[in-house]
Amino acid sequence: MSRIATALTIADPEGFYAELLAVHDALSPEASAALNARLILLLANQVGDRAVLSEALQEAARGSDTAG
Amino acid sequence: MQHDEDPIRYPYRRVADQDASHPVRHPVVVAGAGLVGLVTALDLAGRGVPVVVLDAGEGVSAGSRAMCFARRSLEILGRLGCAEAAVAAGIPWHAGRVHHGPDVICGVEHGPEAGQRRPAFLNLPQAQLEAILVARLRALADAGAPVSLRGANRIIAVGTHPDHVRLEVETPEGPYSLHADWLVACDGANSSVRRMMALGFPGRGYEDAFLIADVAMDSDAPAERMFWFDPPFNPGRSALLHRQPGNLWRIDLQIGADADAAAELAPDRVLPRLRAMLGGQARFTVESLAIYRFHCRRMERFVHGRVLFAGDAAHQVSPFGARGANSGIQDADNLGWKLAAVIAGAAPELLESYNWERGLAAEENIQAAARASDFITPRSDASRAFRDAVLTLAGRHPFAREMVNTGRMAEPCTYDDGPLNGPDAAGLPGRTRPGAAAVDVPCAGGWLLDRLPQGFALLAIDADAPEAGLPVLRLGSAGHGALAAAWTGAGGGVVALLRPDGHVAARWHTAAGTPTPGDIAAALATAGGTS
Repeated sequence: MSRIATALTIADPEGFYAELLAVHDALSPEASAALNARLILLLANQVGDRAVLSEALQEAARGSDTAG
Repeated sequence: MQHDEDPIRYPYRRVADQDASHPVRHPVVVAGAGLVGLVTALDLAGRGVPVVVLDAGEGVSAGSRAMCFARRSLEILGRLGCAEAAVAAGIPWHAGRVHHGPDVICGVEHGPEAGQRRPAFLNLPQAQLEAILVARLRALADAGAPVSLRGANRIIAVGTHPDHVRLEVETPEGPYSLHADWLVACDGANSSVRRMMALGFPGRGYEDAFLIADVAMDSDAPAERMFWFDPPFNPGRSALLHRQPGNLWRIDLQIGADADAAAELAPDRVLPRLRAMLGGQARFTVESLAIYRFHCRRMERFVHGRVLFAGDAAHQVSPFGARGANSGIQDADNLGWKLAAVIAGAAPELLESYNWERGLAAEENIQAAARASDFITPRSDASRAFRDAVLTLAGRHPFAREMVNTGRMAEPCTYDDGPLNGPDAAGLPGRTRPGAAAVDVPCAGGWLLDRLPQGFALLAIDADAPEAGLPVLRLGSAGHGALAAAWTGAGGGVVALLRPDGHVAARWHTAAGTPTPGDIAAALATAGGTS
């Protein structure tokens, strides 16, 4: 049974997306990767639910292979 | 043997076995007089089992070996009469400090201190603890216990038979043969018994090399475990500094995957590294030096017929977390009473529970050590990015401090779902559930572990224990808050069946009814005991 949200939960999705890109502006690939790592840890702690995190990891690991 | 002998030496002496016309048979031969072999011998001797310990060397170990002993190990040493000497000689500690770059990012508490009899950890060089164990073994032998330690007795061949093991032993005066009903192989990570039996030791090796140094240095730095990620004196890598007795300090410096051991050990390479770490003003002398690459590996089985493997011979981990020697001491603690029971007539299947329980502990330790190694020496750009993210966030965010892994320090393994476990009861504290090591707490007349009878026993707190042919320790929790917190629940007392190694085999909450003699007999039979 799916635990992760598949429907939109973020108010102002376009604004969030723009903000997400903005924090990476002018960063080197290494600095971007470091920022992403910090962001993932902060968000993961915010989510907390271990099963949701596992499902999100598996979903992300599927990458672009959406048929998988 | 005589009391006044130097406990750091056990020189070769000719024994009658060497002049026998046929190989002399012994109930138990222990291969290796390291920590695990000595603890095994003391445990068995304390249970009245004759033991011969064979060691290829003639004295306690040299160099930078184990140095950090956990509370559970001290409890086991206490049962063997060696804890007071160890604690008196060692440096107790419980706190750590983690640095990232030039900054301290967090302090770490490694286990509770209040209300504990033993320190969370004790730093003591392995050689010094071995000397305490050798002295104890000699004292037992002087008092008539059938235990002996033979130096310069190197096992050069092992022949396995259904009811015994035949050993060929090389000595300075030539070889001789021995028969052993049981052989306990405690001969270390490079176990020659394992090699001679052609048994595998599968696992994972780590590329990164570490420089391990013991240096003598006057310093008033606290007895804390100091860990650095990416410090100015070792950029991009890690470092560990830990106090030992006698102004001796253990240094553990990551020096990278490409390090050439011979070149790195040269004084013109080592001394600048150490000076950079300890500061230009520090006056120190190098006592020992080695380059290590770590492994996490284990034998598939620790029990092979009449040959039982324990300690590093059976399993090996990286040192972060002090899980090597501590788990080996727990192996000996787990094996001793079982082997004594089998020698006294119990079914040999009891030894399968050693394989199961200590196999579980090895898996736990390997997982913990592997996770620590992955954090300390990231395997990829991604793992380094996440590691650095954790360290960066840890300064401001408590949640990230919990992810900082400099080695999760050893906790005793709880044998959940183990083959010897009997019934559990709802409403009782998790930390004294079946499979757990008994939690030592103050009680009437002293400390719980001291008051426990030897062998299988019942612990009855605020409860009547039925007559089951077992010794009973009856205690009341009134006025003993730590005893109640560790052992009892609401609305009644507890009856617990304890194994000879102090692990809980089964327990009953009297709120749900007092166990019957039949209940206890059944749990005792499951746990491998006889009444």
